[in-house]
Amino acid sequence: MNAETIKSLVSIFLAAILTENYILNKFLGICPFLGVSKKLNTAVGMSVAVTAVMVISTAVTWPIYTYILTPAGLTYLQTIVFILIIAALVQLIEIILRKFIPSLYNALGIYLPLITTNCAVLGVTMLVIEKGAADPTFGYVQALVNAFGSGIGFLVAMVLFAGVRERLEFCDIPKSLRGLPITLVAASLVAVSFLGFSGLVDGLLGA
Amino acid sequence: MAKEKKTLWQEFSKGIVKENPVLRLVLGTCATLAVSTAAGNAIGMGLATTFVLVCSNAVISLLRNVIPDRVRIPAYITIIAGFVTIVQMFIKAFSPQLDSALGIFLPLIVVNCIILGRAEMFANKNRILPSILDGLGMGIGFTATLLLMGIIRELLGAGTIFDIPVLSGFMDPIIIFILPPGGFFVFGMLIALANKLSGEGKAPEEMGCSGCPLAASCSKLKEKEAAKK
Repeated sequence: MNAETIKSLVSIFLAAILTENYILNKFLGICPFLGVSKKLNTAVGMSVAVTAVMVISTAVTWPIYTYILTPAGLTYLQTIVFILIIAALVQLIEIILRKFIPSLYNALGIYLPLITTNCAVLGVTMLVIEKGAADPTFGYVQALVNAFGSGIGFLVAMVLFAGVRERLEFCDIPKSLRGLPITLVAASLVAVSFLGFSGLVDGLLGA
Repeated sequence: MAKEKKTLWQEFSKGIVKENPVLRLVLGTCATLAVSTAAGNAIGMGLATTFVLVCSNAVISLLRNVIPDRVRIPAYITIIAGFVTIVQMFIKAFSPQLDSALGIFLPLIVVNCIILGRAEMFANKNRILPSILDGLGMGIGFTATLLLMGIIRELLGAGTIFDIPVLSGFMDPIIIFILPPGGFFVFGMLIALANKLSGEGKAPEEMGCSGCPLAASCSKLKEKEAAKK
């Protein structure tokens, strides 16, 4: 692996966290973002589970798409195949964790069934296929790095936002804005701060 | 007969205002935020989702006595994914422009919680006609909300409505409204307005596991509840 490849991997990783943040720039995974970001520890637990499922799903769906669906001319089945793979994988991970690592299962198990219908997971598996089609140098390793970076970006956004929400608890908020509306306005301000990262990755690595 | 007609009408109309899926039930937020940058995209996405919702509600309602309870979620997802693929191929063939504008959010209709939520909450308990009407009402409610958000964001962010310039010369567009932060902000304000107009002034239901359409099938949640008792 030469320096050029490593540089491109680092830039993919950073871009996935900051400039292409799944929650704040792409609107993927908003439900868990609003739902479980109330406390820091649940936010971290959910994000770790999402990251793991993202990487494992990408590791499985990419070869299936490239080596089975594309040669067979069945690419239009992408949606059905991917969602079923993700649903099956989540079930499998849940069973394995429950059997072999009960302590981890107790910490993360509650989030696993919710992840099946998390659009961030299906989103990442499809976006890396799209990127791979657009750029021939974007291969399996790049796809995995991108999936991992997206998961970390999810974690960063969740943790930052959990901090903002804990502050909101003590504010005097107008009646009709209480609950979800003020949370969304706060999310809007966090998203503004992430706009500041645009162009950062290219500038850093001199691409 | 008259009474039955009235209840069917209620199944249809509840989705549009009283139980609006986006503003009152807060389902399908990802698609709502991402696609509402322009009014045209909003209508395309709304109609595509409505089609999938009506068809999947109808099929799931017909099969409700056939599908075993334990595997119903995978079965629903397969049915929904089938209809999403149909819509995807249709839009790719007839409106490639809309296809590229909606991008990844077209296949992501599969995981739109409105559809799985209605299957779980309504279609698997009701007959086919009410299920179709429920899907149609929810779909129209979803489309109307998307359109409203699309108009607001396109007008303020680009100064146009359906790509027709409206504000040119009057004010400069506020670009942030078509960027992600504007989406969150407009959505928050619309929910606040819906709360205010619904008159009760009560805060919307708390999100989280209680609002999740999969809560009923979540084994871990059940264990937790059992432990509490």
